[in-house]
Amino acid sequence: MYPTRFRYEAPRSLDEAIGTLHDGGEDAKVLAGGQSLVPLLKLRFASPTLLVDLNTVPGLDRHDVDESGNLHVGALCRHGDLERSALLKSTQPVMAAAARLVADPLVRSRGTLVGSLCHADPQGDWASVVLALGGSVVAAGPGGRRTIPVRDFVHGPFQNALAHDEIAVEAVIPAPRGTPGGGYLKLERRVGDFATVGVAVAIERDGDTVTRAGIALTGVGAATIEAADAAQALVGGPLTGDVIDHAAGLAAQAARPQGDHRGSADFKRHMVRVFVRRILERAGERAA
Amino acid sequence: MTSVRVIQEDSDQGDVPARRITVTVNGRRSVVECEPRLLLSHLLRQGLRLTGTHLGCDTTNCGACTVLVDDRPVKSCTMLAVQADGRAVTTVEGLATPSGLHPLQEGFKEEHGLQCGFCTSGMLMAAKALLAENPDPTEDEVRWALSGNLCRCTGYQNIVKSVLWAAARLRDEPEA
Repeated sequence: MYPTRFRYEAPRSLDEAIGTLHDGGEDAKVLAGGQSLVPLLKLRFASPTLLVDLNTVPGLDRHDVDESGNLHVGALCRHGDLERSALLKSTQPVMAAAARLVADPLVRSRGTLVGSLCHADPQGDWASVVLALGGSVVAAGPGGRRTIPVRDFVHGPFQNALAHDEIAVEAVIPAPRGTPGGGYLKLERRVGDFATVGVAVAIERDGDTVTRAGIALTGVGAATIEAADAAQALVGGPLTGDVIDHAAGLAAQAARPQGDHRGSADFKRHMVRVFVRRILERAGERAA
Repeated sequence: MTSVRVIQEDSDQGDVPARRITVTVNGRRSVVECEPRLLLSHLLRQGLRLTGTHLGCDTTNCGACTVLVDDRPVKSCTMLAVQADGRAVTTVEGLATPSGLHPLQEGFKEEHGLQCGFCTSGMLMAAKALLAENPDPTEDEVRWALSGNLCRCTGYQNIVKSVLWAAARLRDEPEA
């Protein structure tokens, strides 16, 4: 299968990339890992007139922690880089848990976290994880840079908040203020399939007391769902059985699943409850 | 060094200029002129006549087209050929030497790791990437590393055995 014809530019700097994208107009697209875009081109669901390839722009492949403890993930940082990252294991356990569940090992060689956020697939894993962690996307355009919380970045299915001449240059995950915990669990029919259900739970604790919580759901709605009430129910005390049950129930209520070949709506909603409970019970055991 | 021109046959190219890239495939440098929309898999198979890389699903699912790009295993149907500019690509044709098969190929032979053989080149390349990173993998680690490669014949058991066989052989006799 061949994509339709497009022009291709491989800029050597971010400024050049932004300029090329700006000049390319509405039908220009940014190419990073390409693991969603290239299949879309081949199936001709997308037919841009110009592709601006970020892979030749230096400095975008890093992921590091700044002096305040915030994690920065560059636009060319691959899922596989995150999967192998000792830094992630020691600073962001929820992301470390998710990195090895994204797609399959071959796709993880190329695909990127920032690209996954931009693609805004309701079945994408990273949007839930970054949403639960309260992260943001930094967009660079002709007018400068702006930081967009992921909550506002993902507008809907396959829709993001970027202007046509803006490039998402990095994701920023704020420094945990307490001891970080939680996880990401995903139900898939086979490795590499899209999530039937995915659940991200991120908590921070001071001793036994939960000081911050975020819960987000993959694949159970028209877009990534933030289960804010469920998260709020965790804050202010220890993870007792009752608290966990209550939060798991609220998360299941927040889900808006549709039945399909992957499972019925009731089944998916049930799995949200199971996954929230499972992640939190494990987190509770770890603290005890 | 070889020079290859790959322009689609149907083609009025419109206003899209061909791009000239240099790519090293199995240690050999080629200069290629191609359309931006040419996929790496098509460059390998049609442009360079390296038909050991197979196209299975063509939709980023099956892994039959797996090659190494700068030593990382990727699906060559999901990367543009122009993105391989300046990079080193290894295909299944790059495994054997004049003196014999690669230990992974020996392993697939010894442990009956293939039936129809369609997925095999992709399996071999994904396994090569695994063993370069982890010379002594557990069975679970082999299964995990091959989880992006589909096989419709074997049920995977013998593929996993083949890779473990090769890992043991390579630990005894590292590649030159």
